[in-house]
Amino acid sequence: MSQLRVFLVDDHAMIRSGVRAELGSDPQAGLAVVGEAGTVEDAVRGILETMPDVVLLDVHMPSGGGRAVLDQVRGQAPGVRFLALSVSDAAEDVIGVIRGGARGYVTKTISGADLCDAVSRVAAGDAIFSPRLAGFVLDAFAAGPVAVPEDVAEKALDVLSAREREVMRLLARGYTYREIGQQLFISIKTVETHASNVLRKLQVSNRNELTRWAVDRRIV
Amino acid sequence: MGKHPECPPNLCASPSGGHLMAAWARACDDPWVISPAQVRPPLVRTSDERLVAGVCAAVARHLRLDPVIVRGAFVALAFVGVGVLAYALLWVFLPHADSVPIDSTVGDGRGPTAMATSRLSLEALRDKPSLAILLIGVGGAALLTQVGPFGEIQVLWPLIIVGFGLALIWRQVDDRDLLSRRSLRWRLAAGAAVTVVGLVTVLATLNLLEVTWQSFAATLLILGGVGLATAPWWRRLVAERASERRARIRVEERAEVAAHLHDSVLQTLALIQRHADSPREVNRLARGQERELRSWLYGRPGEDTATFGGALERAVADIEASYDVRVQSVIVGDAPVEDGLSAVLQATHEAMRNAARHAGVQDVSLYAEVEDDGVTVFVRDRGVGFDPDSIADDRRGVRYSIVQRMARHGGSARITSAPGTGTEVELRLSQAAS
Repeated sequence: MSQLRVFLVDDHAMIRSGVRAELGSDPQAGLAVVGEAGTVEDAVRGILETMPDVVLLDVHMPSGGGRAVLDQVRGQAPGVRFLALSVSDAAEDVIGVIRGGARGYVTKTISGADLCDAVSRVAAGDAIFSPRLAGFVLDAFAAGPVAVPEDVAEKALDVLSAREREVMRLLARGYTYREIGQQLFISIKTVETHASNVLRKLQVSNRNELTRWAVDRRIV
Repeated sequence: MGKHPECPPNLCASPSGGHLMAAWARACDDPWVISPAQVRPPLVRTSDERLVAGVCAAVARHLRLDPVIVRGAFVALAFVGVGVLAYALLWVFLPHADSVPIDSTVGDGRGPTAMATSRLSLEALRDKPSLAILLIGVGGAALLTQVGPFGEIQVLWPLIIVGFGLALIWRQVDDRDLLSRRSLRWRLAAGAAVTVVGLVTVLATLNLLEVTWQSFAATLLILGGVGLATAPWWRRLVAERASERRARIRVEERAEVAAHLHDSVLQTLALIQRHADSPREVNRLARGQERELRSWLYGRPGEDTATFGGALERAVADIEASYDVRVQSVIVGDAPVEDGLSAVLQATHEAMRNAARHAGVQDVSLYAEVEDDGVTVFVRDRGVGFDPDSIADDRRGVRYSIVQRMARHGGSARITSAPGTGTEVELRLSQAAS
């Protein structure tokens, strides 16, 4: 299996070196850090030069933060996937990065093994929800119109289907995708599909509650 | 110290001569004395006793008379001409109670009188201050028709209207938060409108409207010209004021941040250095500080213990401070804490404590969801786990604090665990039961 190429963006050098050490600590994971940047401009240049598989993106940075990097890079490098990594930011920033195209969100207190796992899953196209982000989704998409039939709810952007809600609840309770599959008697693949659908809704829904909730709440 | 001739000797034998006045007041059994320590209540106006500006009420309290008497006197004096002037002067010079630290023992100053009927009508007036103002306006206008230059009767009513409007406006001046309350703003606007209508009517009655309009327009033109000529200075003045204000706010904010950082973060960093050889303690300090700083930076508006979510966060902080664990808490929705919810809170606290003490891992997940139809809480760890069927009878924590407490409040608790797989406690309380 070829190595996954990872790019780190964080304005704190200490965090970068810590993450770099954690990603490299497990040779089994097959992760290689191909570059890092501490500012938005350096990040844009570096990402376009190295074309990594996954960018670990700090949410809050001077001059625009992770959202600015996403906005400048997404159009030119559609194959690069982004995972937001944040220590403790206002929910509006996190939601901004997710809606800017990041495939997921993890906190900096995540363990090294979990981080490696999350990077690999993002590279494979999965969506990553931290428990708090899942809780936020449940909060923001709080029991909408109940009468929406399941097959409509799957496609509708502004409501979660019952299954998606169930998956988000288990994620918020700290379950892994595997455990969720066991709990709901569905395959991991199906869990991943549900999670990706929810991520898409979070990204494109124009539910105005999203912004309001994001302003009112913090996630981390 | 000479003896007071009329005093009973035991009172005058009081060792401190300073209390003589108070002792005298007590001994002479004056029905108007409210507080023995305070000989006369201070001469201040209060908003809750006033009919117009509280002048009569203040004077009455100070003289320990019934306000009705004082008000009557003022009205009577008004017809001689002195009353209105005296009232106005007192209004200007008497401080308002809001701006004076008032002695709480003063009381309301109204003695027991037999004037029950007038008291009744006064109560009615107090509820309708505008009516009182109108009456005073009529009185004032009646006075003006006698002594003022406007002898014609037609001017009387417009003047009353003007007085009414002015009184409406002036009456608001004593209220502290002048423009912040909607009702006050409406009252001010109404007062201004009434005043303008009254003035226009006065001018129209005196056939001065045309002249006034012309001079008004001329004045407006001159003022406009002067305003235009000096506009750059005004603009700069306003800009300077705004930037000064901004700078001051920045300095204040900076001072507040510095104070907070000093009180919390620097102290914690110092503590961490002192405990550098104890990873456990360093962990605990860092976690506690992180939590505090985060809630300071991103504090939710409702983060207090009066709501379920706030109380849960507090419980989590307590667990993290007492044990070497990190609780990942996710709380969806919120509700005020009631009986049933506080039982859920206590059971949750106990479940987290069990996980922290027995699971043998550093991470505990808490998920709480408040919905319209009930509350669900999950506390989960990936620790050693246990066989729920083999809970010893002496393990009161689980049996009494969690299972039976939830059952007592009409809820349920389910504990899923097996050796080696961790433990999950599920607490459920439907809204109908709470």
